[in-house]
Amino acid sequence: MQIKSPEFKENARIALKDVGLQKALGNLKAGFPEKRAIAVQRMPEFHDMRDEARDLKNHILENLDIYLEQFESKVTENGGHVHWCRTSDDARKTILDICQQVDAKTVTKGKSMVSEEINLNEYLEENGVQPIETDLGEYILQLRNDHPSHIIAPAIHLNLEDVSEAFHEHHKKPKSDDPAVLMQEAREELRTKFVNADVGITGANFLVAETGSTIIVTNEGNGDLTQTLPKTHIVITSIEKVVPTLEDMTLFLRLLARSATGQEFTVYNTLSTGPRREGDADGPDNFHVVLVDNGRSDMVGGELHDMLRCIRCSACMNHCPVYGAVGGHAYGWVYPGPMGSVLTPQMVGIEKAGNLPNASTFCGKCEEVCPVRIPLPKLMRHWRTNEFEKHLSPKAVRWGIAGWGFFAKRPKLYRQMSNTSNWFMRTMAGKKGRINSLPLAGGWTDFRDMPAPSGKTFMQQWQKKQGDKS
Amino acid sequence: MSVNSSPIRVGLFVTCLVDMFRPSVGFATVKLLEQAGCTVEVPEAQTCCGQPAFNSGDRETTRDIAKQTIAAFDGYEYVVGPSGSCIGMLHYFTDLFDEADPWKARAEDLKKRSFEITSFLVDVLDFDQVLASFDQKVTYHDSCSGLRQLGVKSQPRKLLGKVDGTELAEMPEAETCCGFGGTFCVKYPDISNRMVSNKTGFADETGAQTLLGGDLGCLLNMAGKLKREGKAMEARHVVEVLAGMTDTPAIGEADYDLGKQL
Ligand code: SF4
Repeated sequence: MQIKSPEFKENARIALKDVGLQKALGNLKAGFPEKRAIAVQRMPEFHDMRDEARDLKNHILENLDIYLEQFESKVTENGGHVHWCRTSDDARKTILDICQQVDAKTVTKGKSMVSEEINLNEYLEENGVQPIETDLGEYILQLRNDHPSHIIAPAIHLNLEDVSEAFHEHHKKPKSDDPAVLMQEAREELRTKFVNADVGITGANFLVAETGSTIIVTNEGNGDLTQTLPKTHIVITSIEKVVPTLEDMTLFLRLLARSATGQEFTVYNTLSTGPRREGDADGPDNFHVVLVDNGRSDMVGGELHDMLRCIRCSACMNHCPVYGAVGGHAYGWVYPGPMGSVLTPQMVGIEKAGNLPNASTFCGKCEEVCPVRIPLPKLMRHWRTNEFEKHLSPKAVRWGIAGWGFFAKRPKLYRQMSNTSNWFMRTMAGKKGRINSLPLAGGWTDFRDMPAPSGKTFMQQWQKKQGDKS
Repeated sequence: MSVNSSPIRVGLFVTCLVDMFRPSVGFATVKLLEQAGCTVEVPEAQTCCGQPAFNSGDRETTRDIAKQTIAAFDGYEYVVGPSGSCIGMLHYFTDLFDEADPWKARAEDLKKRSFEITSFLVDVLDFDQVLASFDQKVTYHDSCSGLRQLGVKSQPRKLLGKVDGTELAEMPEAETCCGFGGTFCVKYPDISNRMVSNKTGFADETGAQTLLGGDLGCLLNMAGKLKREGKAMEARHVVEVLAGMTDTPAIGEADYDLGKQL
């Protein structure tokens, strides 16, 4: 996926004027956050579980190598294979290799953000393997040659009309805007694809070290068909997803469902433990786990360490007023919203993604809802500091801060400057008490009035009062 | 608490926005503190809390300002300001210094002593002798730092409940950010505009005459938008109402001090 994060401002401007997108975003706001709130309210121990999950994740990250090795040895014991991939490129090649070994023509795919991260679909297509997305949202996007704008509801930026249009064009059936009819159409189309696929690729929500299992959670059941029907199942996932035990996994599953959609549990929770064994009713002959690093191990122990706790629940973006205003595509890469504003600079470089950690008011709502208590504003601020120290911040910002800082560090001069600006603004406002347009403050006065100072500065008035008293 | 026990010495952190735009908020804060039995001093060596530098990634400038502020408020029993976000910034000073740095302990000490005004009155002083009347329906915006960093939510409401004639009508999404965000509002004006428009819309739905809040940055943003939209609703800092200082024009309304020279 092409990186469009440098154009964030422009993307945002366009998004704000996109009527269809704004309508779709309105639905999001009324959906996930309200459902989460109800789910949280119904579970008094929810916040204690968040502490527990945070601590457990921290423990896992401290022992990441141990748990990953345990996971690998269990997968191998079960007859599967683990592939360690340092970069996106390694991961793509490994997957293509496996596909070519079994002479695959088509692969079905469950939803996986890591697969987006490594740009898998394009790569497979270029190399003669046809990927077919089976998550309904992803399927719609694939028809439209579009990308996810949300990590669990990839097509959240679309409305029913868009889906109806895309289906009509590709399925060559009469146009319908009845969701049930559209669902049936998708089902019919996908059924044959499931049966004919040579390889099934899914992501993983968690990897269980004690059993060598991977798990995916879906609300559509497409994951099951993707991984049980083809002869080869490839799990594409990343290293921070490992948890020690099945019991630990359930802690995260309970938090994940509630934080994401407000469900108590996701509808389908599908575990894969190696290839089909003798006597098993179904399952693949070959089982591969492709473990992607892609910059994650560099985060261990560093300033962004906390970000590795992320369980990809999407609560941070569902509750983010910036995401809610501009949607996911404006962020210009795979991961949108607050979590993306922390991860994207790490994965594509702060030079390209500098806008993302800046486009936040630090309102803190994301941290408030994050099930594993990731201090997202603090991590975004880390990127701003990094950017500033590398002299990458825009000149206007650097000069502005330098000029302002000069005065802020000299109280006497600062007073004089305040008095002058205060007088200037009051004079500009005249009798009105506010200013419609102010030099150097277009960003403010394009959209709102600037209230004028309601008198001399507090310090001037205070000092005068103290003088009068003595 | 009794007003006659030995007075508590409070250093007022004015905040740069109150100093510049709304001095009456500073005086209202002083009045409330005095009503609650404190003596108030205003250290001259204070300027701004340093948020613009901190949030722009300029650690060095932030540290310099932090040291200056810590030194300015040495020796006060408490440091109180009419802003959750600026007091919140004072609390962040602890993150700026290494364990070995002697400033670290001083920053920790300042953090323990510094409070947002409504939380100081309610949580520290258990003050409820509000002597004010304001015959209006009002609505209240929870500013982010006060709410999420300092836990300011019930305190202003509790105090407002003591004001004669004031009826509080809660707006939907009172806890959603108004889009001010310091430099955010000028760096990303389109997004900020959407956020503040949502906010003024929600506030207006309540039918309140006045929108109250505890942070002047947010209030300037919301008042500026209300006026640009031509809405009748006015905006004030909550301490103005609590201190009974509502005879002055609301934020962005006609300048009563016009023409007075420097
Ligand atoms: S950062 Fe937290 S809230 Fe956001 S997706 Fe990750 S776990 Fe969920």
